[in-house]
Amino acid sequence: MPWYLELLRAIAGTILIFSGVAVVAAMFGVLLERKISAWIQSRLGPKHVGPQGLLQTIADTLKLLQKEHIVPRNADPTIFASAVLVVPLAALLDYVVIPFGTAGGGRPLIFRDLNIGVLFFAATSALVVVGILMAGWGSNNKYALLGGLRSASQMVSYEIPMGLALITVAMLAGSLSTVKIVDAQAHWWYVVEQPVAFVIFLIAATAEVNRVPFDLVEAESELVAGYFSEYTGMRFALFQLGEYGEMFAMAAMAVTLFLGGWRGPVLPPVLWFVIKLYALIFVFMWVRWTLPRFRIDQLLGFSWKVLIPVALANLVVTAYVVMIVQR
Amino acid sequence: MVTLAHYLVLSALVFALGLFAVLTRRNGVAVLMGIELMLNAANINLVAFNKYAAPGAMQGQVFALVVITLAACEAAVGLALVLAAYRSLETIYLDEINLMKW
Amino acid sequence: MTGEAIAFYVLAAITLASGVVVVRSPNIVHSAVALIPAFLGVTGVYILLGAEFVAGIQVLIYAGAITVLILFVIMLTEGGTGLRLRQVNEQETIGAMVAGVIAALLVVGITRTGWHAGMGALPAYTPGAIGQSFLGPNLLVFEGTSIVLLVSLIGAIIIARKEE
Repeated sequence: MPWYLELLRAIAGTILIFSGVAVVAAMFGVLLERKISAWIQSRLGPKHVGPQGLLQTIADTLKLLQKEHIVPRNADPTIFASAVLVVPLAALLDYVVIPFGTAGGGRPLIFRDLNIGVLFFAATSALVVVGILMAGWGSNNKYALLGGLRSASQMVSYEIPMGLALITVAMLAGSLSTVKIVDAQAHWWYVVEQPVAFVIFLIAATAEVNRVPFDLVEAESELVAGYFSEYTGMRFALFQLGEYGEMFAMAAMAVTLFLGGWRGPVLPPVLWFVIKLYALIFVFMWVRWTLPRFRIDQLLGFSWKVLIPVALANLVVTAYVVMIVQR
Repeated sequence: MVTLAHYLVLSALVFALGLFAVLTRRNGVAVLMGIELMLNAANINLVAFNKYAAPGAMQGQVFALVVITLAACEAAVGLALVLAAYRSLETIYLDEINLMKW
Repeated sequence: MTGEAIAFYVLAAITLASGVVVVRSPNIVHSAVALIPAFLGVTGVYILLGAEFVAGIQVLIYAGAITVLILFVIMLTEGGTGLRLRQVNEQETIGAMVAGVIAALLVVGITRTGWHAGMGALPAYTPGAIGQSFLGPNLLVFEGTSIVLLVSLIGAIIIARKEE
């Protein structure tokens, strides 16, 4: 079978299966978020639906499913409706190149081990911005438009340090393939060799998924809900799905690149992957509920004046070290 | 069977579309979009010739990458020009930017 | 038809159809959004041609960055707030003729020519091989491109900066 057909099959399979998995993950993520925020703020959180509030998100989803779709007057109906598809689709495409563990015989559990894996990840996560801008403009609402514009400038700014961090790791491993990068971490996790790149990646990932302290895009007190202010019912839920899907994808990529992927002693590989993934998700949530929000100029200045120079310096130093070691 | 000619015809059509946008659009941004289409057409040619006429060589893909880089530069400078024009003349319609005619 | 041919025709149809929307849509935002399927169609063509790395860069730069930049400028300028009646200038007829004639000439020329298939097996166009090529035989191009990048970066900042 020619490989482009395989690629198509892999993408179709990913969308089918991971819209299932990601829906579950996102619903669980929402519950986790509410529980953790409650714990941090000394509250109880959802408690009534199901044991310990476990079924709360299912109830919320059922509620959203029943709600009416409202399209604002003077909105652009085509763009308004298609933006909803772009955001979760782009987030789900990220999962094509993430290795979740090993199947029998050490074969990595991955949809398609592309030899441009890391580049593919960067490219698909960049597509989310387009969906957000479309939603912001299509709503014909000043808050949504402002949220979309802020999001575009923020994500474009933070893609650069993230790309530089990705390149640094790829250079150490000598490959863009995610499986080869995990294989290269047999002795040392890259978080040990590249702590700077790891921190830069985490900061940029937080900014890419628009979470506090970088959540200017949907800052409630300034912009209602930002680019998805006008979305109701299931469309709103799809944006939430895209956002949580993107957050899980970022965390999974950080695990793959810096925390040794599925590697670990005793426990089965897939379990190790899930443990590391949820540890990072916890960090994201912890940061969200304990830090205040940046201002937009501070946010952009931080990317251009701090993160990018540091990431560039890190890249140059790493390149020198790699060259000396290889000689 | 897809041959080199197929890719070249696709590229020619995309090029013509881009050219049409450049020649007829009033909006500066739309003209830039036409230029992007034309650059894409050129890139299809480069990569297709690389595969069919000179397999084994790298130059086609290398130049396609260079063209993509230059397209990014062109978009950045072009859109900066559009913004500057909008700021000083309050229009991005190219036929209204005619101060030099006087 | 082989799978390759089906894939090619589907991708070509996507590219051309969205290209027509880009060129003709009276709404400038629709044009800009239609650029994305056009670029993604071209990406698919690169994948068909075995140029994975170019395809990845195409999505990253064109679909991810240039389109966002274009949408951004449309929304910062008047283009996003109001629809003007006339989006095309008075050269519409003659422009269509020029573009049509050029397309016809190119298509006739391409289909009448017997293209020689090149010799040699197709190598794996891995990112590593492309990198070696950039830092080896094509170093001058690489350096030239970086200088152009630097110049355009500075130029764009200076042009777009607000006057003090």
